[in-house]
Amino acid sequence: MYTLPSKLKLFSIIIMVLGLAGMTYGFLTTPKTVEDVKRIMAQQEDHHAEGHAVAEHGDETTANFVDSARGEEGYSESAMEHATDLNPEGHGSSSHDEHVLHQLQTRPWSATFVAAFFFMMIALGVLVFYAIQYASQAGWSPSLYRIMEGITAYLLPGSIIVFLIVAFAGTHFFPWQNDELVAGDKILQGKTGYLNLPFFLIRAVIYLLGWNLYRYFSRKNSLAQDEVNNYGPYRKNFKISVFFLIFFIVTEASMSIDWFMSMTPHWYSTLFPWYVFSSLFVSAITVIALVTIHLKSRGLIPFVSDKHLQDLAIYMFAFSIFWTYLWFSQFMLIWYANIPEEVTYFIIRIQEYKVLFFGMLILNFVFPILVLMNSDYKRVPWFVVIAAVFILVGHYIDVFLLVMPSTVGHNWSFGIPEIAALLFFAGLFIFVVGTGLGKVSLRPKNDPFIKESENYHF
Amino acid sequence: MASKKIHAIYTDDDLLMQAVKQTRATNYHISEVFTPFPVHGLDHAVGLAPTRIAITSFLYGLVGLSFAVWMMNYIMIEDWPQNIGGKPSFTFYQNMPAFIPIMFELTVFFAAHLMVITFYMRSKLWPFKKAENPDLRTTDDHFLMEVEADNHDVEILTKFLYDTGASEISLIENEQDH
Repeated sequence: MYTLPSKLKLFSIIIMVLGLAGMTYGFLTTPKTVEDVKRIMAQQEDHHAEGHAVAEHGDETTANFVDSARGEEGYSESAMEHATDLNPEGHGSSSHDEHVLHQLQTRPWSATFVAAFFFMMIALGVLVFYAIQYASQAGWSPSLYRIMEGITAYLLPGSIIVFLIVAFAGTHFFPWQNDELVAGDKILQGKTGYLNLPFFLIRAVIYLLGWNLYRYFSRKNSLAQDEVNNYGPYRKNFKISVFFLIFFIVTEASMSIDWFMSMTPHWYSTLFPWYVFSSLFVSAITVIALVTIHLKSRGLIPFVSDKHLQDLAIYMFAFSIFWTYLWFSQFMLIWYANIPEEVTYFIIRIQEYKVLFFGMLILNFVFPILVLMNSDYKRVPWFVVIAAVFILVGHYIDVFLLVMPSTVGHNWSFGIPEIAALLFFAGLFIFVVGTGLGKVSLRPKNDPFIKESENYHF
Repeated sequence: MASKKIHAIYTDDDLLMQAVKQTRATNYHISEVFTPFPVHGLDHAVGLAPTRIAITSFLYGLVGLSFAVWMMNYIMIEDWPQNIGGKPSFTFYQNMPAFIPIMFELTVFFAAHLMVITFYMRSKLWPFKKAENPDLRTTDDHFLMEVEADNHDVEILTKFLYDTGASEISLIENEQDH
């Protein structure tokens, strides 16, 4: 039996309280009127006048490569000009200051959503990994079932919070919810069949129900298997896992289209859902490895060997490469064709978020590949922890870059609202997962593959 | 110089593994083991050093990557930087996304092929190479352990190998090492 160590419990509660305070501060200090924005902008001008000049000079010498590609100055600006979806009020229909006001008001929403989704996607990814283990009748993983179930305990609270955020964010996130904008925009009118509020909410409810029902029933069957001497519950779990995986791949696709792609409703990309999935999956496996190392270091899971850890590290390594493959496929196809309506998505990310955008490639690809390539290192816990930290930070940045450029544009920064949201959800995650792990014995019994899993070696 | 070797034939891989462990424990020197298929854990039991072929493969991959970078940089950027469909051929990094498929493929190509060739050379495999089977049945369903007998009493060694479960034991005398 695991009990959340009291120090960790206290720590999670403290960061939850700190985070909540910071998030409240973030929501309360957004500018309320255009006058506030003007005052803030004036202050920033004074403050950054010198730095700004240097920055602009630097921009000229290292001209953005999409600009150079077209061989004409200002190409990207003119491409951005027509991208009304980066500008929720629609360009020209309102003043620049109003636009900035809107983005500044959106910032605490986005900060909360990034952190909330990041932790929810970890729980969801673990659930998918768990379903895959059942559906593929894996022989190595059953001794990790209780650990995975413990982590998915976060899915219920996490997904409800994410649902509330996307349901109430309104035009902060989704310009297509602004009726005035849609009235003047032929493209958005064409999409109202899919992008309308009632259907959007119904879909979100379906995702929530489907994922949480699978989590509820698979956990129930998995625990029931401990008590019986036939394989009935196991067979049931096998069946519902297969159906869950089918359900998941469909809902994950429309979830990423609903919650992320429709933040810039003029832009579309077909492999976007896969891209979001790869990010979700690799962070989830990383967290399984971290929790396993934590429990192992406390001596609670003697039946999990370093070979299990090596397998998890192999998954981390492989899916980091898978993520990079999808990131690059999406980026390179759009960069190569350079069609204005598609390329705006990357122009804003490269121009305004350059360090994060390319830095996350180093965190999510270069470091994991170098740290985890050697098979001996995959068995060394602290090596895996180092790689895990890189991967988790990298994928937080990844979610940050899915949301922020589309909602707050160039008015982003990493300050109190972002850090507070990260702290709050990290605390909630540790608390819920810790309690979830502590409910039952960590050693599954009577699973048809448990003996193979406990003697697992290669 | 004459060298004496004893060939002990086993009919089961579990028996072979056990025999290998016992022979090593008694400090007889196993010079070779012939099996029809890979026996899991045999290399460890015989005490062979782990292979370093993965390391060579990694280095070959780096060679391939460097070659691809050098080649694309020389051809596309330095030698004749043409404007092809508006692609930015001013510096390497500006046009890098277009080179990545080539960089990737050449890395894999070098890593894979040079590693295979390294394997052939280190294990001395090539066409028309004379096969080294001491007994044809080792390619089908028998396992053969070759033990050096020069410094040992052949009688005692034979007795020992018989006790490990060998089904056939034969003394081989070579004029020189092959």
